[in-house]
Amino acid sequence: MSEWLHPALIYLAGAALLPFVPNGKLRAFALLLVPLIGTALLLTTPYGTTTEYNLFGETLTAFRLDRLSFVFSLIFSVAAFLSLLYAWHVRDTMQQVAALAYSGSAIGAVLAGDLITLFVWWEGTAIASVFLIWARRTEGSYHTGMRYLIIQIASGVVLLAGAVVHYRETGSLAFDAFSLDGTGAWLILLAFGIKCAFPLLHNWLQDSYPAATITGTVVLSAFTTKLAIYALARGFAGTDILIPIGATMTLFPIFFAVIENDLRRVLTYSLNNQLGFMVVGIGVGSELAINGTAAHAFSHILYKSLLFMSVGAVLFRTGTAKGSDLGGLYKTMPYTMIFCVIGAASISAFPLFSGFISKSMILSAAAKDGHFVVWMILLFASAGVFHHSGIKIPYFAFFAHDSGKRPAEAPWNMLLAMGLTAFLCIAIGVWPNALYGILPFDVKYNPYTTTHVITQFQLLFFSAIAFGTLMRTGIYPPELLSINLDTDWTYRKIAPAVSGFVIMLVSAIWEELKRGVSFGLSAGLSALADTFGPKGRFAGVQPTGTMVLWLAILLGAALAVNLFNIS
Amino acid sequence: MSALVNHSLILVVLIPLLAAPLCMLFGNRAVAFWISFFASLFALILSLHLLLMVIDGDVLSYHLGGWAPPLGIEYRVDAANALVLLIVSAISTVVLPYARVSIKDEIAEHHHTLFFACYMLCFTGLLGVAITGDAFNVFVFLEISSLSTYVLVALGANKDKRALSAAYDYLILGTIGATFFVIGLGLIYMSTGTLNMVDLSQRLAPLEDNKTVRTAFAFIVIGMGLKIAIYPLHRWLPGAYTYAPSAISAFLAATATKVAIYVVLRFMFSVFSAKFGFELDTVRLIFFPFAIIAMFAASLIAVYQVNLKRLLAYSSIAQIGYMLLGVALFSSAGLTATMAHLFNHAITKGAMFMAVGAIIMRIGSPLLPKMAGLGRQMPWTSAAIVLGGLSLIGVPGTAGFVSKWLLLTAAFQQGYWFIALLIVASSLLAVIYVWKCVETLYLTPSTSNVAVAEAPLSLLVPTYVLVIATIWFGLDASTITVASQTAAESLIGGGYGGEATVMGVEGRK
Repeated sequence: MSEWLHPALIYLAGAALLPFVPNGKLRAFALLLVPLIGTALLLTTPYGTTTEYNLFGETLTAFRLDRLSFVFSLIFSVAAFLSLLYAWHVRDTMQQVAALAYSGSAIGAVLAGDLITLFVWWEGTAIASVFLIWARRTEGSYHTGMRYLIIQIASGVVLLAGAVVHYRETGSLAFDAFSLDGTGAWLILLAFGIKCAFPLLHNWLQDSYPAATITGTVVLSAFTTKLAIYALARGFAGTDILIPIGATMTLFPIFFAVIENDLRRVLTYSLNNQLGFMVVGIGVGSELAINGTAAHAFSHILYKSLLFMSVGAVLFRTGTAKGSDLGGLYKTMPYTMIFCVIGAASISAFPLFSGFISKSMILSAAAKDGHFVVWMILLFASAGVFHHSGIKIPYFAFFAHDSGKRPAEAPWNMLLAMGLTAFLCIAIGVWPNALYGILPFDVKYNPYTTTHVITQFQLLFFSAIAFGTLMRTGIYPPELLSINLDTDWTYRKIAPAVSGFVIMLVSAIWEELKRGVSFGLSAGLSALADTFGPKGRFAGVQPTGTMVLWLAILLGAALAVNLFNIS
Repeated sequence: MSALVNHSLILVVLIPLLAAPLCMLFGNRAVAFWISFFASLFALILSLHLLLMVIDGDVLSYHLGGWAPPLGIEYRVDAANALVLLIVSAISTVVLPYARVSIKDEIAEHHHTLFFACYMLCFTGLLGVAITGDAFNVFVFLEISSLSTYVLVALGANKDKRALSAAYDYLILGTIGATFFVIGLGLIYMSTGTLNMVDLSQRLAPLEDNKTVRTAFAFIVIGMGLKIAIYPLHRWLPGAYTYAPSAISAFLAATATKVAIYVVLRFMFSVFSAKFGFELDTVRLIFFPFAIIAMFAASLIAVYQVNLKRLLAYSSIAQIGYMLLGVALFSSAGLTATMAHLFNHAITKGAMFMAVGAIIMRIGSPLLPKMAGLGRQMPWTSAAIVLGGLSLIGVPGTAGFVSKWLLLTAAFQQGYWFIALLIVASSLLAVIYVWKCVETLYLTPSTSNVAVAEAPLSLLVPTYVLVIATIWFGLDASTITVASQTAAESLIGGGYGGEATVMGVEGRK
């Protein structure tokens, strides 16, 4: 690779030149070419290559390719290609440019070797990605995009602050492992945590992803959070606090996913839960765990894209992604259904699918280091994943009660993109060694031991039984009943009063909190407007005399300071 | 040629000064423009040459009429004022071609030669304030620039009568400010008997406890503080910038306050001494709090403005807060940040005011709601506003980032964590008001059906010279940082009063 041929710059150049290519098949083709060139560049660059440049007398590293950054930049390139293929039919320049700039920034961030370069790309992902939300061009998506942008930019600002503080503390801007004994490292961790959707910092994720365009969500799901995972793996591997954080992340989204009706939002919750597994892996920090995290991020990007693609195809054809409005689509969208099931099987970690060979690494690593409770939580979370992503998504979209909708099969480009992704999901599951070969560390690991397979089947089997029983007996969280509102209203009465009450209580408290915050916010804002607005005390027009009075006051103050040694 | 170089210190002021009456004498609009333009270009070349001569830390001195200081008037150039000279002359050279076209709509035809004459006087005044080494000379040039500025602001009355009251406010306040300044000068003249800056600094050195000297310092700083538009003394600025003709808004916003800041720096560090305790007190108790208030209050006011020119004016007040904060840090790094921000803010704000002027020329209104959806109709002009806005926020890759970074570094160097946080937090306010512009220009659907044409090239080219400069100096940060560092060293390290190369005729004793 020559000095200046940075893969991320290829994407940015592509984004810049794209508007000049006539919109149509030619441009869609040109779009696909960009990630291909980027991938080729990446593959031909040997490990250990770095490119440095100077800024304000600091030597910064624009490009650093080692085994860790390679895995992530490779999967980012693949994801960029697949999602652009999925979006072949889109003729919206804004989305095309945004998708290229966004994936380029994410790759640039992964390859960054210092905090300043990282910051630049970090903000780049934020700015480029928001256009994928705004591309819906609705009032709602505009506001969602604003909220998303504010949080993402805030993450970048915190990162910059952290970088500066860290620099003052250690004199280094290098983006390597940090230890949490300085303010700088904590700030950096916070910045990463926001993008990684740590518990309580996660709301932007569920808010924004389901609000993007069909193809936009697919792109979004691949990069931002996994970039944060990469950053955490690079900077905070083996940091103990990440283990409880990650374990919480695997747990709490499950419950939300269960009661959610919008399938894209369900997928977003499950994305959050999957990130938890990776965060735990980073927290454990052993070679096996980091390998597991990288492998899981790799396969996760693929199967999560696949799920978003299939739900997106449904949304594309039927105009809705609400579980209650769908069902029975397998009759007319058989291929999409198959791909969705493959994605579901992968995320649920069925043996021979990609999730199995990566998730079990993290579980093994946690068990090996003696984190028994965490291991149990992860096991429980795995069952939860199977339930809400593995069963709920395909079941309510394609089977369940017949919604009467008879949409056409997804367009060819979506099918091709899904097919390729599905193929990769299975290929990784069947031949895991290809993926293991490019992981950050050389660790011998065999997922297909009898114990593993049997444990996993037991887990899947019993949660399937649980789901089946609950469905048959009707002891199922009442929210799901809303899917069959017309026929199943009687079940509601049988539904345990307790769960209904708890959910009511939680949501009531939540609503109150939300109202309180928004009330405080609007009161604060109007006070601000009264003070600083055009008619406020600070900005209103004042007579010349008042201005002169201020002059006199300030002179008096200055004289007082000068004449009476105040300090 | 060598005569030109030898006398460059005086020529840089003299040529524009002579250009002013020439504009009036010829009485022809086109001729007046070309005279002004060449005078300005000439001053730019000389300033650039001067900056190159002093960038290594040298100091140049010129004795007017061959009379040696302290009796004769001396012009003295170090990196600090060479940089200011460059800012003023470069902005002027870019603004003039813009003004040639933009004033056609704003000023009555028969006032155009007057406009150029006043412009040249204002230009002369600003250059003179920057270059002179004589304290009273500062006052003289200050009055030249101020008086012509009042006229220039008032010329906006053709379009909006409120320009008259804005000019009147500025006249009253500016005059009081200048009076304070001259009272201060009188007081130090009383205690030292000299007006030459270098001589003053030597004679003032032992007079730290002298009450007259202390009073003088307060008068000078506050009088000049009005010209700077230090936060509570800023009231004249929004009106003046809003109602002045577009070209004048751009020129004043980019140069006038910068020159005033330079004067305060010069008096603080080269005339009075940084070692004086009362000076540190003034900085800590007056500059520091008001700089921070300015950063927030002015930005918040800007957020609520609907008049884009007024919005930019308030943003200028906030940015002046950053410059004063650099001074208030009272360190070499802080001064470097201030000097760099003088330059970077000048090109940024100049570009933005020119772009706004182009929009006003097309739609006839500076009000944001009237600009809805202009992003499609005036893509280049709108892009200029956005790029300038990014620099105001301090986005990496723009000039604004460089100086904000330097300021942050300076704050950290002294361990002021909290201040650094405030700098970052106030930048978020800039995000809001810049966003308001972006939202209006690009995301709000247009309300009127009238097609609006892109601004003519004659306005776009000057605007983009500054926009490109904003990006250029954002990417190539070292040039301006090095110049600022040398300037800061010369100020705080007392290089100004040291050995100087005498240009032109060696003074008669």
